[in-house]
Amino acid sequence: MTEALQTHYKINPASNETGYKSYEAGSFKFTRDEYFVSIVWPKGAHTMAADGFMRAMMRTVAWGFFYGTLSYDPVFGTTNHYGIVDMFAGTYHPVFKENGRDHLEKFKAEDLLELFRDLVDDWTNEGYDPFAAPGEDDAGQPWGRKNGNNADAVTRIRVTANRMVGLPGDAEIRTDANGFPQNRMFADVSSDQPLVEAEPGFEDEVAAFNLYDYLSRSDVTWNPSVCSVVKESLFCPTSEEFILPVEHGNDRCEWFVQLSDEITWEVKDKDTGNPRCRIVMRAGDVACMPADIRHQGYSPKRSMLLVWENASPRIPDMIQSGEAPVIAVQF
Amino acid sequence: MSEYKTVFGGLNDFTPGGVDAIDDNPKNYVFSNVFDVASRSAPYERVAVGKNLEYVMEVLRAEGQSPWYACAHDEFALCMDGEVEIHLVKPEDADGLVDPDSEGAVVLDEAPDGRKMGRIVLRRGHQALLPGGAAYRFEAGAPSVILTQTIQGPATVERWAEICQSESRPAA
Ligand SMILES: [Fe+2]
Repeated sequence: MTEALQTHYKINPASNETGYKSYEAGSFKFTRDEYFVSIVWPKGAHTMAADGFMRAMMRTVAWGFFYGTLSYDPVFGTTNHYGIVDMFAGTYHPVFKENGRDHLEKFKAEDLLELFRDLVDDWTNEGYDPFAAPGEDDAGQPWGRKNGNNADAVTRIRVTANRMVGLPGDAEIRTDANGFPQNRMFADVSSDQPLVEAEPGFEDEVAAFNLYDYLSRSDVTWNPSVCSVVKESLFCPTSEEFILPVEHGNDRCEWFVQLSDEITWEVKDKDTGNPRCRIVMRAGDVACMPADIRHQGYSPKRSMLLVWENASPRIPDMIQSGEAPVIAVQF
Repeated sequence: MSEYKTVFGGLNDFTPGGVDAIDDNPKNYVFSNVFDVASRSAPYERVAVGKNLEYVMEVLRAEGQSPWYACAHDEFALCMDGEVEIHLVKPEDADGLVDPDSEGAVVLDEAPDGRKMGRIVLRRGHQALLPGGAAYRFEAGAPSVILTQTIQGPATVERWAEICQSESRPAA
C-alpha cells in the first residue's frame, strides 16, 4: 500500500437550519438538507437525492463494505480491500477521469464504518426505514428536516449462519412469534416445515428448514444473509423489491439463482460504466456475474434471490494475477 | 387470500428469461434454468449449474431411488420442486468409504454398513443439511428437483454448452 491512509474524521454539530449533523472523512465532506445529500471533495462536488443515498449507505454499513465496489451512482462509491477501503468520486467515470476531476482516498475500514454508522443514525428520521422498499406500508419517508431517529431499523444485524439456519445454536428460523411475519407480497408462500426424524444422538446433524418461508419473513430488502456454508462457499439468499440501492462491482464472480418471481439486471462495464447487457431472470434461472462488471437489479414484485459467493480472501489477488478467471465458466 | 401471486416455477412450469447482450458475449453469464436442466437430465445426474473455482451448485432430477452417496464435508440440498425423501446413515468406516480430505460427493456401490441417523422429507423450498462424514440416499415418488451446494467431485457432471444460453435473447 503506497498511498497513505486518511486519519481525519470529524462530526460537525447539527445545522441550525436543517437539524442534521455534517461529516468529514479525509477530505470528503458530507452534508444533507431536506431533499439532498451533498458530497464535496477537493476537486469537485456531487449531489444525490437523500432516498437513494440513504438506501445505499445503509447497505454499506450493514454489509461492512461487502465484496468489491459499491457505486452509489456513476460518480460516488467505495471499494473494499478487506481492512482498507477506498472512497472515490469519479474514479470509475471516464469523463471525470479524462478531465482530472476524479478523486480517491484510502481509509481504515473500521474507522470509516464508525463515521458512517453515526451518519446513518443521524440522517434517518423517525419512521423512515432505509432497508424497506418504498412501497411498503412501514417504509416511511426520508425527506424533511431532522425529526427523530429509527435506531431499531438501522441497527439490524445481518444474519450469518455458521453452518445452516435452524441448527441448534445457529441462526434462528423466522416465525410470527419471534417478530417476523410474512411480507405482504409473500402471504401465499407455504409455511409448512420439512419432516425431520432424527435418531437419538443425531439431533444436531439431521436438520432441515423451510428456506422459502424464511425468506418470505425477511423484513429487509437487498441484504444477502448467509444461510448455509460449505467451507468458503456461502449461500446468501435475500428478498428483493424495488431497486438494488447500489451498482455492485464485485471483485470476484458472483452467482445468482432466481428462486421466485423476476428480477431484471442492468450490467455495465466495471471501469467505465458503459452498458454491456440486460438480463431478465425468472424462477429457476441461474446466471453468473463476471468479475469485471457492475450490476444493478430491478425487482417489480418482492422476489427471492439466492446470491452465491465464494468468500475466499485469496480471490481478488488470484483474479489480478490471472490465476482465477474473470468469467466463471468457459464453454 | 393474498392479492400477490409468488411464482416459483417447476419441472413442467418454467419460462426462462435471458441475456440480452448490448456489447457483450452472452456466454459470459453462464445462463441456464434449473428446471430446464432437470427436465433434460437422467435421474440423479449431478449436473453443475454453477461453479466458482472448486465450489459448485448441482441440479438433480430426483426420480425413484438414488444411489448411496458419501462426502467428507457438509453439503446442502434445496428442494425446488416436488417432494424428496433423504435417508442418512453414519458409516461404520467413514474414512474407509471416502478420503476425509477429499472434495465432492462419491457414489457408493452399495448401502453402507452403519447406524441410521434419520430421515428427512423435503417439499418445495425446504433445505436440508447433508452432514460431512455421513452417507445419504434420495428417493422421490414423482419427478422432483434438487439444487445442491457442494464442491466439485467425481459425480459432478459438466455439460455447460448443452445447458447454457449462447445467443443473445431479448426476453419478452
Ligand atoms: Fe452483487
